[in-house]
Amino acid sequence: MKLFKRKKVATLTERGENAISVKEVEGLSQGQIVLRRFLRHRAAVFSMTYLISVILFVFSAVDSRLGPIKLNGWWKYTNEDMPDLRYGEDCGDGAIGCPTLSLIPKFLGGNGMGLGEHPFGQDDIGRDYFALVMLGAQRSIQVMLVIGILAGIIGTVIGALAGYYRGTVDNVLMRFTDFIITIPVVIIGAVIGARVGNLGAIFLAVFLGLFVWTGLARLVRGDFLSLREREFVDAARVAGASTRRIIFKHILPNAIGVIVVAVTLLLSSAILLETALSYLGFGVVPPDVSLGLLINEYQDSFTTRPWLFWYPGFFIVSIALSVNFIGDGLRDAFDPRQRRRITRRDRMRAKRVNRTVA
Amino acid sequence: MSKPILEVKDFSVDFWVEGAWYPAATNMNFKLHPGEVLAIVGESGSGKSTTALGLMDLLASNARRSGQVLVQGVDMINAKSATLRKFRGKEVAYIFQEPMTALNPVYTIGFQIVETLRNHFDMSPKQARDRAIELIAMVEIPNPEQSFDKYPHQLSGGQRQRTMIAQALACDPGLLVADEPTTALDVTIQAEILDLMRNLKERLNSAILLITHDMGVVADMADEILVMKDGLTVEHGTADQIFNRPSHPYTQELLAAVPKLGSSRKRVLKASHDAQPVLKMRDVTIEYPKRGRIPAFTAVKNFSLDIFPGEIVGLVGESGSGKTTVGRAAIGLLPIKSGSLEIVGKDISKASQKELFTIRRHTGIVFQDPASSLNPRLPIGESIGEPIFLAKIAKGNELNKKVEDLLEQVELPRSYRNRFPHELSGGQRQRVGIARALALTPDLLIADEPTSALDVSVQARFLDLLLELQDKLKFACLFISHDLAVVDILAHRIAVMQNGLLVEEGERDDILKRAKDPYTQRLIAAVPVPDPAEQKKRREARLASKQ
Repeated sequence: MKLFKRKKVATLTERGENAISVKEVEGLSQGQIVLRRFLRHRAAVFSMTYLISVILFVFSAVDSRLGPIKLNGWWKYTNEDMPDLRYGEDCGDGAIGCPTLSLIPKFLGGNGMGLGEHPFGQDDIGRDYFALVMLGAQRSIQVMLVIGILAGIIGTVIGALAGYYRGTVDNVLMRFTDFIITIPVVIIGAVIGARVGNLGAIFLAVFLGLFVWTGLARLVRGDFLSLREREFVDAARVAGASTRRIIFKHILPNAIGVIVVAVTLLLSSAILLETALSYLGFGVVPPDVSLGLLINEYQDSFTTRPWLFWYPGFFIVSIALSVNFIGDGLRDAFDPRQRRRITRRDRMRAKRVNRTVA
Repeated sequence: MSKPILEVKDFSVDFWVEGAWYPAATNMNFKLHPGEVLAIVGESGSGKSTTALGLMDLLASNARRSGQVLVQGVDMINAKSATLRKFRGKEVAYIFQEPMTALNPVYTIGFQIVETLRNHFDMSPKQARDRAIELIAMVEIPNPEQSFDKYPHQLSGGQRQRTMIAQALACDPGLLVADEPTTALDVTIQAEILDLMRNLKERLNSAILLITHDMGVVADMADEILVMKDGLTVEHGTADQIFNRPSHPYTQELLAAVPKLGSSRKRVLKASHDAQPVLKMRDVTIEYPKRGRIPAFTAVKNFSLDIFPGEIVGLVGESGSGKTTVGRAAIGLLPIKSGSLEIVGKDISKASQKELFTIRRHTGIVFQDPASSLNPRLPIGESIGEPIFLAKIAKGNELNKKVEDLLEQVELPRSYRNRFPHELSGGQRQRVGIARALALTPDLLIADEPTSALDVSVQARFLDLLLELQDKLKFACLFISHDLAVVDILAHRIAVMQNGLLVEEGERDDILKRAKDPYTQRLIAAVPVPDPAEQKKRREARLASKQ
C-alpha cells in the first residue's frame, strides 16, 4: 500500500532551491567547473601563458640539464664564452658592454628591431649578459619549483595529519610548526648558504623547502578540521574505509583548492627568497649564476650601466607577478561562492535579449 | 475597505545566467490591507522568496524586476535607492529564516535594535534605549533590561527569532515580510513565535506577508493564500478556499503530500518480538569528552532500546535532545561511556577496530543533510559502490552492475552513476544516500532526519520509497525525526527523547493517542495541522490554559 498514488505525485517535479544558479554548472564535473572559472580570470590566463613562454624561452636559450636529459641552447654564447668587449663609439657615453637589443623599428626613428650581437650587453670581462640572465633565470625557476614542491608535500602531510587526528598529534605537530615559524627564514638561508652554498642551487632549494611549509600546513590543518566533520566522511567510515583511504581519497581531494592556491603563492615567495639570499651572498655562489646573484655582483655599476639591473630585475618581477596572478585566479576558481561578475557587456546584451527561456 | 498597504501588479523577476534571462517569478498580482496576513506557499525553487525580496530590491545584481510594486501608493520598482532605503525597515520590515546569521554576532541585541531606531528617527541614545527595552519586553523576552546587553549567542534560537521580530517592529512598519520565520525552530517554539506574531499584528494593525513551505504554519496564520509553482501563481484565494476547496490540482497534491498526524492507514504492524533484537541498547550513556576548558557534556543518559528484525522504530525529540547522538552511537561512530550496545548479538562497545569493520557491514546510515553526505569530488556511482568495494564483494564491471541495480532500486536512472552530487536535487541526493546505505543489504538502517531538508512532496515520495524497500528487504530501521507526523507514517514503535533521557517508548498508537508523559503530549499538541479550523481550536485551548 502506498501513501498516495505514484502517478499523481510524478507531476510534482523536483526542483532544487538554487535551480537557476545551477544552470551555470549543468553537466560539469568539479574539475571542469574550476577550469571554467579559471579561464574567466583574464589576468590569470595571461600570466599562465606568459609564465609558460618564459620557461620555454629561458630553458631553450642556453644549455640546460634536467637529470640525464641535456638540451643544447640556441643562443650562440654560453656563460663561459668571453667575446671581445664592446666599448667606445659603439656605445656612446663611454660605457662598456652596452645592450644591442632594439625594440623600436626604423620607421619610428629607432635602429630597427633585432637582437644584435649582445642583446642584454656584456659584463665587466665581456661575458654575454643574455646568456648569464638566461642561466640565472633557469636557476631561479628551478629553485622556485623545488621549494614549492617540497614545501607543498611537507605542509600538506603535516597539516593533514594534525587536522585529521587532532588531540595530541595535532598539538605536537603544530607546536613543531610554531617552532619553525619563529626561526627567520633569511637567517636559516644565510647559515645554510654559508655552510653548504657550494653544493649547488638545488641543494639550497631543498634546504629552504624544509623551512617554508609552515603557512601551508596551518591552512591545510584548518581545512581538514572542518572537512572531517562532514557527513560524507562518516559515511565512508561506516562503509568500512581505512583511515588512509579517508584522508587521501575523501578529504584530500576536497582540500585541493586550498593546497593549490597556497602552493602557488608559496612559489612566488620562493623565487623572491632565493633572490634575496643570493643578493646577500648566501644563496647561489659563483661560478653558478642566479638572478639575485647577478644583481648583487653588479650593484656598484647601477649609475653607469643600469641595464645590468634591468634585465635580471625584469625577470624576477615578471615571474613573481605572473605566479601571483595565477594564484589569484586559482583562488577565485576554487571558491564556490565566487559568482561570475556581471560585466557591462553582459548588461548591454541582457537588455537586447528579452525573456528567451520559458 | 481601507487602502491597501501593498499592491503588486504584474510583478516579474528574472535572473541573467549564462547569456539568457531565466524567469524566477512571473506576473504576480496581489494586494495586502492592514491587519491582513497573506501567505505565499510553494516548494523550494518556486520563486516565493525571490518575490518577497524583490519587493524592496534586495536581490542579487543579476536580477531584473518589472511590473508594479506600490507600498502605500509609492512605486518601488523605479524608486531611487534613497527612497528604497527610507522605506526598508520603516515601512517594510523583514524577518529572515536563520536568526543566528541575520543578527550580527559582535554587537549586543540592544545595540542592533537601537541602530535601526536611530537610522529612521531623530532620537537621543537614551530615548532609543528605552524604546528598545520596550520592544524587547513586547516580544516577551525575559528580563528586558538585562537582555538588552546580551549578544546573540547568549540567547536561545527562539529568543533570537524574537529579537529579529523586535528589530523588525522597531519602526512600526506597515508591512512585515516574514521569510520562513519558524523553519529553523522546534515545534513547541514555533507555536509560541506564531502566537506572538499574531498578537502583535492585532495590536499594531500591520500587514504580514508570510513566506513558508509549511502548510501547518499557513493554516495557523493566513487569511489569504497564494500558491506558487515554478515562478507562476497557481492559485490565489482565502485560507478557507485553499484548504477546504482547492481547485488547482497542484494545490490538491501539495495538501495531500503533507503528512497528517493520526491519519495514517492501518498497516499491519506486527514485527515479531521473539527473535533476537538487531539493536540492543542497555543503560547507554554517551558523553562528549571535555575539551580544554569546556567540561564534559553528557548527551545521552541511561538509554535503553531494542529494535527487532523488520521493525521500524521512530526516535522523536526536539533539537538538542540527543537523538542524533543515539543514532551515531548505534553504528559505532561515537564511543559509549557506559552500558552495553549490541548489534546483531555483537557488543560494539568493546569491539576492536577490525571487529568494528565486520559489525558495520550489518548496518547502514542515511544522513540528515543531503548536501554534505556525499563527497562532492566523487561521482555518485563511486560513493554508492564504496561499501561493496571495501567489503571486497565485487569490483570492476561487476561493481558497476551492482551500483546500477542499486540506483534502479531507489528509482534513479542507471546513467546517473557518472553524475556528480551537485547536479542532483536534494531528494535525488537523499535517494543516493539510501542506495549507499543499502549497498550491503544491512540488517539495521539508521535514518537520521533524512527528510528534514526536503520539500513535502519530495518527502512523501522518499517515505514511500523507504517503506517499499523495507517491505522488500525487511531490514530493521531506527528512524530519527523531529516530525511526529512523519514518524506516524513509518514507525511500528515510537521512542520520545528529551534532554538526553528517554521519556516514553511504546507502540505507535499508544504514544500518539494515549501519551502519558506531559512532554509527549505537549509535543503532539504543538504539531501544526494543515487545517485552519483545527488550528483555531488549538490556539484557543492554548490561550485558555495560559490564563
